[in-house]
Amino acid sequence: MRKKLVEFRNVSFRYGDEGPWVLKNCSFEIYENEWVAIIGHNGSGKSTIAKLLNGLLFPQEGEIIIDGKQVNEESIWNIRKEVGMVFQNPDNQFVGATVQDDVAFGMENRGVPREEMNKRISETLKAVRMQDYRLTEPHRLSGGQKQRVAIASVLAISPKVLILDEATAMLDPSGRKEIMETVGSIQDQRGLSLITITHDLQEVVQADRVIVMNNGELWKESTPREIFTQKEALRKIGLDVPFVAILTEELKHAGVHLGAAPLNHEELLEDLWTLHSRT
Amino acid sequence: MDITFENVTYIYQQNTPFAHKAIQDLSFHIESGSIVAIIGHTGSGKSTLIQHLNGLSVPTEGEVRIGEYRLSQEHKPKDMKELRSRVGVVFQYPEHQLFEETVAKDIAFGPQNFGVPEAVIKERIKDVIPAVGLSESVLERSPFDLSGGQMRRVAIAGVLAVKPDVLVLDEPTAGLDPRGQKEIMDMFYRLHNEQDLTTVLVTHSMEDALKYADRILILNKGTKFMEGTPEEVFSQKEALQSVQLDVPEMVQFLNRFEEKFGQQIPFRNQSVEEIAQMIQQIIKELNQDE
Ligand SMILES: Nc1ncnc2c1ncn2[C@@H]1O[C@H](COP(=O)(O)OP(=O)(O)OP(=O)(O)O)[C@@H](O)[C@H]1O
Ligand SMILES: Nc1ncnc2c1ncn2[C@@H]1O[C@H](COP(=O)(O)OP(=O)(O)OP(=O)(O)O)[C@@H](O)[C@H]1O
Ligand SMILES: [Mg+2]
Ligand SMILES: [Mg+2]
Repeated sequence: MRKKLVEFRNVSFRYGDEGPWVLKNCSFEIYENEWVAIIGHNGSGKSTIAKLLNGLLFPQEGEIIIDGKQVNEESIWNIRKEVGMVFQNPDNQFVGATVQDDVAFGMENRGVPREEMNKRISETLKAVRMQDYRLTEPHRLSGGQKQRVAIASVLAISPKVLILDEATAMLDPSGRKEIMETVGSIQDQRGLSLITITHDLQEVVQADRVIVMNNGELWKESTPREIFTQKEALRKIGLDVPFVAILTEELKHAGVHLGAAPLNHEELLEDLWTLHSRT
Repeated sequence: MDITFENVTYIYQQNTPFAHKAIQDLSFHIESGSIVAIIGHTGSGKSTLIQHLNGLSVPTEGEVRIGEYRLSQEHKPKDMKELRSRVGVVFQYPEHQLFEETVAKDIAFGPQNFGVPEAVIKERIKDVIPAVGLSESVLERSPFDLSGGQMRRVAIAGVLAVKPDVLVLDEPTAGLDPRGQKEIMDMFYRLHNEQDLTTVLVTHSMEDALKYADRILILNKGTKFMEGTPEEVFSQKEALQSVQLDVPEMVQFLNRFEEKFGQQIPFRNQSVEEIAQMIQQIIKELNQDE
């Protein structure tokens, strides 16, 4: 049986006692070695979920369980060792005076031995192509370089649960693809739970499962393939489907009916090829 | 306003062991009234370039001219404030330009600073809030208690409220939801046309560059790598890949389609619907041939 690493049980949350509920009775589960994308319109509650997951906030109602332990004021210090997070704005998380100090910081807190630390600093900075910036002050990096370093820092601590909150928003498409491939292969190797919060539909396609948030509620939970057949419904809640899904639909209007909904160029071309060679 | 870079070099932390040349001998011209997209890999110098447009950075060497303003080591405008009232910059990270206690005060800050009367500011706030897709209920909230995409919208509103002649946008849609990305870009485009603005757009979205820009400037390691119309630039797939950039997704797809079916669908910025019809035609003909 797959191991459940993250569970939200009927979680409701609001900022302050008077504020509106920004999460309403949300329940979901995430397993080890699973990649889940969370999407939703601006203000739908995605970053709030992320902050609840590593105990920066606590829910007024419901329970959050990580690796079998309920998240509360006492358990949070241990839980944070298992949960790595990259914030929407990397400036909010830089603590080191240099890039390498910053990557080292999380490992120091977790008691990683010196030698192992040095090895991981080199490996992770190389993985995000920032090895030439070890001695640079983080605030002197470009927008995309900051995001790369923030990702290296969290990969270095090798968490069981890894949350990326729009962590690649400032990267160009090929840089984003490359970084997400790196993260994806680490996720696979180490069997961790990867949660990516993103507005990038291309990134969503790579996930095993998608959680769609709408106005604080969990609107839908499914595979990318199934979710992206729902163009109109998604557009109503501020979202959209990727190019391949739009083209598939337009092909249907033009009288070309493809079988299962293709998710990427290869699948779409393959489906077209099958169609052409069958007749 | 016309914008000209003439042999501009910019060095961060000059005369220290950390000196870093972010822009090197860069020359280009942006015609008044046009939209120019600036594209480049991480760290290629886009944000550094942009900081020259409102005098936040002054060239280490060379000269930048924006309308009648000149910026160089020899000529620093006496009145940066005036330049800044005419060139509005939306920075890459919205947090860098939000600082007031409420959203309303934050949006009012720019116009107040430039001497716009209170009554006019009130009107402008009423106009810009819906333009960026926010509701008036955010006005009395702290900008730091908003979600990332909401903050981005407030930062944009603050720049629009100044009514600049030149709009400088550093990845303005990062952090916006898909509908917001489209709405905000369409809004900029409308403003650009209605108010005869000059617009400089730094973007990682090749689709937006294709859709909105008159010209594209590609930076690589602080120098100009390529310049031209979107059609010219995006027909050079190999050259772009050599600086780690991609062509728009539709162009990628058409290239792959050609590889697989041996039939070319020339890219002329068609709609997806038109592409679908062309694919349908090709498949039909292929089947008839057999
Ligand atoms: N510190 C805060 N205090 C009060 N309200 C907040 C705070 N942070 C967020 N909110 C509100 O909670 C709601 C959910 O915000 P959240 O940041 O979780 O959204 P999000 O889905 O991450 O959006 P985005 O895509 O814009 O990042 C929003 O309406 C937001 O205004
Ligand atoms: N304040 C600074 N001090 C020193 N070097 C800097 C500073 N800001 C940026 N740099 C360096 O200058 C180069 C260009 O940075 P810039 O921010 O202009 O890049 P960019 O093209 O905007 O990149 P991105 O797409 O990642 O935002 C980078 O190598 C960066 O490390
Ligand atoms: Mg968020
Ligand atoms: Mg930048």
